Amino acid sequence: MGASTQLIELDSIQRVYQMGDEKVYALRGVTVSVSEGEFVAIMGSSGSGKSTLMNLLGCLDRPSAGTYRLAGREVSKLSRPELAEVRNRTLGFVFQSFNLLPRTSALENVELPLLYGNVPTKERRVRAREALQRVGLGARLEHTPGQLSGGQQQRVAIARAIVNRPRVVLADEPTGNLDSRTSVEVMALFQELGEAGMTVVLVTHEPDIAAYATRVIVVRDGLIQSDVRQAARSAKAELAALPSHSLEAAP
Amino acid sequence: MNLFQTLRVALLALRRNMLRSFLTTLGMIFGVGAVIAMVAIGEGATAKIEAQFAAMGSNLLIVSPGSAQTGGVHGGAGTKQAITWDDLKAIRTELPTVRDAAADMRSSVNVTSESQNWVTSVHGVTPEFVNLRAWSIDSGVVFGQAEVDARAKVCTLGGTVVDKLFPGQEPVGQSVRIRNVTFLVTGTLERKGQSSWGQDYDDIILVPSSSYQAYLVGGNQKYVAGMFIVGGRTTEAMDRTEKDVTALLRQRHHIQDGGDEDFQIRNLTEIANQQQQEKQTMTMLLAGVALVSLLVGGIGIMNIMLVSVTERTREIGLRMALGATPGRILLQFLVEALTLSVLGGLIGIIAGIGGAWEVARRIDWPLLIRADASILAVGFSGFVGLAFGIYPAYRASRLDPIEALRHE
Repeated sequence: MGASTQLIELDSIQRVYQMGDEKVYALRGVTVSVSEGEFVAIMGSSGSGKSTLMNLLGCLDRPSAGTYRLAGREVSKLSRPELAEVRNRTLGFVFQSFNLLPRTSALENVELPLLYGNVPTKERRVRAREALQRVGLGARLEHTPGQLSGGQQQRVAIARAIVNRPRVVLADEPTGNLDSRTSVEVMALFQELGEAGMTVVLVTHEPDIAAYATRVIVVRDGLIQSDVRQAARSAKAELAALPSHSLEAAP
Repeated sequence: MNLFQTLRVALLALRRNMLRSFLTTLGMIFGVGAVIAMVAIGEGATAKIEAQFAAMGSNLLIVSPGSAQTGGVHGGAGTKQAITWDDLKAIRTELPTVRDAAADMRSSVNVTSESQNWVTSVHGVTPEFVNLRAWSIDSGVVFGQAEVDARAKVCTLGGTVVDKLFPGQEPVGQSVRIRNVTFLVTGTLERKGQSSWGQDYDDIILVPSSSYQAYLVGGNQKYVAGMFIVGGRTTEAMDRTEKDVTALLRQRHHIQDGGDEDFQIRNLTEIANQQQQEKQTMTMLLAGVALVSLLVGGIGIMNIMLVSVTERTREIGLRMALGATPGRILLQFLVEALTLSVLGGLIGIIAGIGGAWEVARRIDWPLLIRADASILAVGFSGFVGLAFGIYPAYRASRLDPIEALRHE
């Protein structure tokens, strides 16, 4: 492997879609690096290319040009099964709409990535339980998504994202479907993960949410417009300052 | 790739949609159920026919006199006095392919006991008759050669005759009057039931052939006014036996090559085989119909699996994002289809056995479940599930994870 210490290295990444006769440039040459333990927020208006960037970072898509090194491995030319393996071992995903399997217990939902990683049954159980305890749902292992609040569902999803001990957690508008208090709770959880050394990349269009990150990248017209490191706002401190628990977030 | 874990994933997915999974399997349940029931019913019918022919006796030829011919006009079958006691003796002694032979003369006669009367078929037979037909004695004894030589007035009754003439009584030792001649009942025959054309084998009285000719019918004592029953040695050699008997009788009756025979021979084995074949054709036909319904069941599974893939597009996208390879998605949906069809097949076996049992109970047939038919049906349903599951599973595995995750 190279001497690089960067976890994510994008070099002149382009992504071009063919729309009939027309070529649409979603990304026009993005070069950016993220090192281990950073908490990055990617911002941008719709159509800016931030979703395309996120899909590329998540190995769900391949760039039209440029190279992508993830944890020292060139992944931009990998086949679909190889990309699936990279996603399984190196990445964790959190979605805006949670994407939990309905009528399936929290435990089984969290076990899913381990199932695809061929982790033996017993270890799967133990690790899934640990992950759920880590997000504060140790008492709700057998609850199905229908029996959980939105905030709790998103925490199950976060447990699922970290259960395979990924290098990077990618979150796509994770607070988009949550009320403001629950959003802060979820951000506190992400900050906790960051403090524990996990790299978090978050896509959002809300400056309030981006304020919790240590670095904000703004994408516009397929290019990086700005890339700023900042002092993150502490979600935990904010929670303490907020008045009472809302009903929805009650444990 | 771990097959067991894939099976687990598939089972969990099916459990999440219990009702739909059950409805999907209905086609298979009815398809396999129909195969099992049809084959079982067909086998039952065959067994029933076999039992009936066993009651007639196996490997038998019936030799009867031909038609009388006067001035170019043919009379009906049996109108000629053609077969003689000497013919019978020759058949019994001269032909190695013949196991045994008996004479059988019959007429419909009114028979009375002390308080009852009944019209039945009285058979004048030689002692070998009972053995050839493979009939058994219920009680008492059947007459032997001594009674035939002595023209003894003894008789053996079939079950129906016992019921009509001696209701609730033991007939052995009592007497019956046949054409005003008193016969002593020495034995009764075990019941055999009816043939498929409605003949009651139990509505019968057996008397010695000599007594029959002396007291009941009369006529020329040289001829047998009835037929011979000839038993061959093996089922396979029955054609040979038939040829031998034909040749012997032609020679004895001095019939030239190409001349009309004054007797006719029916091969009962052939009739039995024919009936058997008819039943087999029927069974094949029913099995064909059942296979088509299995096919329809398979198409049903494909439909539901396609709907399921569309409906679960997001789920598939999610699974891919979490690290499921296209191969694993393909396998999961294949296993789902396979599980549905095999499960349907297993339930179908139970339903089929239940259906066959009910039919067998209603029409009094033996219930015969064939293990090979059950295994075949479930195997075929599994194959159908696999074949029709491939396309939906392939579609699922080719989905683009980004598009799939965006799917509403």
